[in-house]
Amino acid sequence: MTTDAGTASERVSTTIDTVKRAVDTPGLAQPWAELGLKRDEYDRIREILGRRPTGAELAMYSVMWSEHCSYKSSKVHLRQFGEKAPPSDALLVGIGENAGVVDVGQGYAVTFKVESHNHPSYVEPYQGAATGVGGIVRDILAMGARPVAVMDPLRFGAADHPDTRRVLPGVVAGVGGYGNCLGLPNIGGEVVFDPCYQGNPLVNALCVGVMRHEDIHLAKASGVGNKVILYGARTGGDGIGGVSVLASETFADPSAAGTRPAKRPAVQVGDPFQEKLLIECTLEVFREKLVVGIQDLGGAGLSCATSELASAGSGGMRVELDSVPLRDATLSPEEILMSESQERMCAVVEPDKVERFLEICEKWDVLATVIGEVTDGDRLEIHWRGEQIVDVPPRTVAHEGPVYQRPYARPVWQDALQADDPAKLSRPGTPEELREAVLSLVASPNQASKSWITSQYDRYVLGNTVLAQPEDSGMIRVDEETNLGVALATDGNGRYAKLDPYTGAQLALAEAYRNVAASGATPLAVTNCLNFGSPEDPAAMWQFAEACRGLADACLALGTPVTGGNVSFYNQTGEVAIHPTPVVGVLGVIDDVTRRTPMGFTGEGDLLFLLGDTREELGGSAWSEVAHGHLGGLPPAVDLDRERLLAEVLVAGSRDGMLDAAHDLSDGGLVQALVESCLRGGLGARIVLPEGTDPFVALFSESTGRAVVAVPRSEELRFTDMCRARGLPATRIGVVDGDSLDVQGQFSIGLGELREASESTIPALLG
Amino acid sequence: MTARIGVVTFPGSLDDRDARRAVQLAGAEPVALWHRDKDLRQVDAVVLPGGFSYGDYLRAGAIARFSPVMETVIAGARDGLPVLGICNGFQVLCESHLLPGALTRNDHLHFVCRDQRLRIENATTAWTSSYRPDQEIVIPLKNGEGGYVADERTLDMLEAEGRVVARYLELNPNGSRRDIAGVTNEAGNVVGLMPHPEHAVESLTGPGLDGLGFFTSVLKRLVNA
Repeated sequence: MTTDAGTASERVSTTIDTVKRAVDTPGLAQPWAELGLKRDEYDRIREILGRRPTGAELAMYSVMWSEHCSYKSSKVHLRQFGEKAPPSDALLVGIGENAGVVDVGQGYAVTFKVESHNHPSYVEPYQGAATGVGGIVRDILAMGARPVAVMDPLRFGAADHPDTRRVLPGVVAGVGGYGNCLGLPNIGGEVVFDPCYQGNPLVNALCVGVMRHEDIHLAKASGVGNKVILYGARTGGDGIGGVSVLASETFADPSAAGTRPAKRPAVQVGDPFQEKLLIECTLEVFREKLVVGIQDLGGAGLSCATSELASAGSGGMRVELDSVPLRDATLSPEEILMSESQERMCAVVEPDKVERFLEICEKWDVLATVIGEVTDGDRLEIHWRGEQIVDVPPRTVAHEGPVYQRPYARPVWQDALQADDPAKLSRPGTPEELREAVLSLVASPNQASKSWITSQYDRYVLGNTVLAQPEDSGMIRVDEETNLGVALATDGNGRYAKLDPYTGAQLALAEAYRNVAASGATPLAVTNCLNFGSPEDPAAMWQFAEACRGLADACLALGTPVTGGNVSFYNQTGEVAIHPTPVVGVLGVIDDVTRRTPMGFTGEGDLLFLLGDTREELGGSAWSEVAHGHLGGLPPAVDLDRERLLAEVLVAGSRDGMLDAAHDLSDGGLVQALVESCLRGGLGARIVLPEGTDPFVALFSESTGRAVVAVPRSEELRFTDMCRARGLPATRIGVVDGDSLDVQGQFSIGLGELREASESTIPALLG
Repeated sequence: MTARIGVVTFPGSLDDRDARRAVQLAGAEPVALWHRDKDLRQVDAVVLPGGFSYGDYLRAGAIARFSPVMETVIAGARDGLPVLGICNGFQVLCESHLLPGALTRNDHLHFVCRDQRLRIENATTAWTSSYRPDQEIVIPLKNGEGGYVADERTLDMLEAEGRVVARYLELNPNGSRRDIAGVTNEAGNVVGLMPHPEHAVESLTGPGLDGLGFFTSVLKRLVNA
């Protein structure tokens, strides 16, 4: 321990690593490796700058060139989403901005995106999940939109594992605590259990926002002399190195050891109240047209916001880092640049509008500070204590990072896995065995009711929630006069993707697409969150490449472009990766939300039709997991033409008032869908399985492109005529009736028994 | 003349837009009131909406009660101004001592959002006269700190004076004493309610229309006044 450390300011003044010092000391050893950079990456930085980087520059490059920010391993594959994008009039802003923007008609635009916060949520479940919600909400806000709803696709380890009891309640409380406090309805998502997520839960968060076309804002700094305003929370030491492997001690003056606060957590701490104020304040400055460009501060904090704004703009930018309001006065400039403190935004504002901008911030008690301005150069320059510490071409930081062609190879075990056909598994043969199989399916953690979780989320706030979980999609009214609305669903099935990542990604899209259509909305656009293992593992990289290829091909076939998304790599524990888990979100539009189709059976006497074809497809099925703990064979086949046709019928049926209920068929097959619709609506069903079919296959197969619909008797002819004319198989399988699920000739289960099976599992494990 | 009903926005208020919509659907004119403004803009009644005023990091409603707008609301309430506090608004009314008791963390320690059945126990207050005595209604409930508590003497007094406005039926969602969902002051002009009537004013977006009665009640009283 030193005794002559002097005052903090004296200490700092002697250790500032200025541009001048970098020129003068070319041979100074720098901690590039500790910051996660590779030798050749460090060399490239030196080449770009024509000298060694300063400490601050090194900090910026290291976080911006991290996998999380630069997409350096995924970029070459993600390009397909642009190259294979279907022609679409709906896309107003495509991939590359904070979030894509879709035209939904009547002058409205909708922006939506899903992102991961997996690793922080394992380390600190509550804050990890909370700040995941906060981050995606700011992305949506930064596009100029009012956030109107959130959804959360979540994946955990085995439901009965002790660590799931630690992680899940924390994550759920974090999602709820932040979203509820922000006043955003949570309208859907997923909760999936699988041992592969034991050491690596997946916490994905989706937000959707609405604006008028003319309100779209982009992240760019233009107009020489315009001011750069940082507003929102003060900058603290939390989250430093969240996106890289930085140890904040790395930059510290060794003589100061012991005089500074201890190393702060790498997971950020959220303040939803501050974010709520930030939302209202930002929407007000948008309304008064005070903003030229805007960027939220998320991963890589100020490094990201300043370099991205400057890179996308026409000029350069000059920032006085001393102006940044701090929570901790001892932070070094490197730490200020890398801090991931939450609830901050950065706006570019014309000089004569700064005063009004600051007034509005003051109204909302939001701290706002001019920290720099747009210059006519092409450099990003940052000053600290009167010295220049950063002088870089911003594009090289933000948009021209390294790009890798990672080697990939089909894993050696893939063939064996696919050859492990579920046909060999023993099946329920008698009616009594079928009955038992249904009850254990319904009670299994993945199929059971998740209301213990979703009832911790506010689904009512804002007063525009038309549908929310457990409905097939979440639906939000956009316009209270015209009843225009949007629907959203997210889906992903890691088991399918493990068996075949190309097909698995397509199945995720097909299911989300089907879910949106089942509610009566026309699918328009796609977002994705690609959760995979290490890109340095050729097997995981192959899964990723295949999933991207599959998803891009399917988006083209379905006519739904990818508008943006997120890649999360390194989801593994030791050498063992999670199942490849592409999560796909689909956005749809509905002209009149009063026409939406709910999933519950509520019309006594309604006729039940099964739409689509059923084949024997049990690979990766819920039954194979529940009954045998089995994963093998091939996932169900994808037929995207059929998905399109099914969606057209579901949307037309909704629009023309032919459907009282519709529910898509996915995990658990027909019987799971029937149980869910019965329990949701509170009415039973009498089912007559088509002649000549194997009851087990009819009930448990997971063939895609199917849905079950409840049609009022008065609409039967009109509906069946429509299906026939369009060429969609519609098989009458029964009637909505009574208070049990009665599969004639096989078994009958009362709704009470089904409800008990469905609703008691999760509370028993977690409550 | 249309009645003007003010809805206060505190920083952190969340259901203020919903409350204004409900006021409008009931046929009154919604007026936005700002927490820093003492001026109530000549409104005839005030709604304190749900949310997390000032973040509620200290204790729900504890800071809001000291806001400039509350000075006028408190004075007005003592002079008979109808005031409805919903959820966080109920917490603010208790903190302001306009209503007895307090709201504590739910007994099961989780936030809960559900469609809740209630019985209207007092259909004579400014905010409940549209209901029949003992009418059962279903409106959304969503709170983390909704457990109503008071000492036994206060609870006995509330019961004896008919000041329990609504009670939870079927399931007590938060551990409230005696299943109390809402209470009123002695004069019946101030009502605090934990569930959210403003989320049950359209069949499209809520469990039904059962919440509308709170807003039509006050309107009826104002028009007849």
